[in-house]
Amino acid sequence: MALSDILPDILFYLFAALTLLCGVLVVANPFSRNPVTSAMFLVLTIISMAGLFVLLHAFFLAAVQIIVYAGAVIVLFLFVIMLLDLKEEQRRKIKLFGAVAGLVSVGVIMIISLKALRAARPGANLPAPQLEGGTNALGQLLFTQYVLPFEVVSILLLVAMVGVILLSKKDLK
Amino acid sequence: MNWSFIIFSVVKIAIVIGVVQGMVAYAVLAERKISAWIQDRVGPNRCAPPFVKAIPGLGPVLIRLGLFQPLADGLKFMLKEDFTPAGVRKVYFWLAPAIAVIPSMLVIAVIPFGSQLGHQQMVIANLNVGILYTFGIVSLGVYGIVLAGYAANSKYPFLGGIRSSAQMISYEISMGMSVIPVFLIVGNLNLNQIIGWQAQHGWLALYSPVSFIIFLVAAFAETNRLPFDLPEAETELVGGYHTEYSSMKFALFFLGEYSNMIASAGMMVTLFFGGWTLPFWGLDHPATTPVAGIAHILVFVVKMLLFMVLFIWVRWMFPRFRYDQLMDLGWRKFVPLALVNILVTAVVLWVMS
Repeated sequence: MALSDILPDILFYLFAALTLLCGVLVVANPFSRNPVTSAMFLVLTIISMAGLFVLLHAFFLAAVQIIVYAGAVIVLFLFVIMLLDLKEEQRRKIKLFGAVAGLVSVGVIMIISLKALRAARPGANLPAPQLEGGTNALGQLLFTQYVLPFEVVSILLLVAMVGVILLSKKDLK
Repeated sequence: MNWSFIIFSVVKIAIVIGVVQGMVAYAVLAERKISAWIQDRVGPNRCAPPFVKAIPGLGPVLIRLGLFQPLADGLKFMLKEDFTPAGVRKVYFWLAPAIAVIPSMLVIAVIPFGSQLGHQQMVIANLNVGILYTFGIVSLGVYGIVLAGYAANSKYPFLGGIRSSAQMISYEISMGMSVIPVFLIVGNLNLNQIIGWQAQHGWLALYSPVSFIIFLVAAFAETNRLPFDLPEAETELVGGYHTEYSSMKFALFFLGEYSNMIASAGMMVTLFFGGWTLPFWGLDHPATTPVAGIAHILVFVVKMLLFMVLFIWVRWMFPRFRYDQLMDLGWRKFVPLALVNILVTAVVLWVMS
């Protein structure tokens, strides 16, 4: 049936367009400079990206994307934004240092993406991704082939956690 | 994908949403009746359309049970003035009730509410990562409340929103960790497979009671029910996050809360109490006849209703936590307990294999 053939393509363009559109609206919203609005568009960006993961059959990644980012990280963003003085935040001008740092990091990420795209050779028959589908294959790979990077990341998280505890407990000797 | 799949899915979605809405309306009635019984009152017992009284015998009984009260409540919500206070942030004020309702409806999509009717599986979406989908959607539920608190642009709703964001994130962690032993035991994330495993080996609440208790308490916290209704806390925060809401928008928050209760009751039945199976009368394998299929759905609904009664009963029996007690319980008691539970389950499984 024709519908099932073209549906993934339609959904891909839909989610890709939503991701890009909402991503732009996070940083440059012409209608509002309210940080809460930016955070909400970031949530939409993340949900659309999860949709892209689903189209790649990476269901686990999609679910984790939503649970971790949309469900926890950005709620904490909102928490902090709401406690700040919003009026002052809305008036603030863009600083030179921030603009330069932003442009540099965007440039670096773009170079990496372009290199990855060129390595992928559009049109070539790529092997099916190993991380497809459920959690079993992912767990196997994480604890065998990629165990070192996995543990390094966990140590990084542990350091961040200890840092937070030290910062929040000022009277800790 | 073909047309029959699409048509049957749409029919299932329509029926499930309709049934859940009806259950929400009558859950409110049950809440009022049970609270009345606990507090030695009568509860709603006289609202009825005029012709009902004329039915001999049955009519007065129906009226005394309050069966028409939900209709009157619904009508009242629709007819009341939809008042928008002057200082609110309009967009979020309109968006928040919708965001509060939608996740609670979406969660129900993966819960298997029966085995089979004919060739149709009685679940809207049989996902391989069913439980992760649930947690993803549940974690989005917090936005409705946070945005409601922000949109109202006044102090008490704001405090309610801030409280809810901290509370729901905290208890999501213990909730997520509490179910890991279940997956260690079953070895699968698919809810249908979990039910199949329980039909063979017995209910998971017996294998992992600690998981069940943590999940149950976290479910109370996630649905903002007493003793965890701090975002609402009418004695401290007037009405919490929905102080400034009226009419149908207020009703939508109620709808969201009760649908969340129904969804979490369904999740508990599915994960820990065998879903649509019963260990006797041959109800523990997928139905081959329509009668058995309907019996499975009834078994699931009855189990779910028992959990709904538990939700309601607890609300009227226990006082509210203080905020520091809430955080202490979540982070210092449940998170370590859940971690130990995972470790013990893993070790036991390793020794036994």
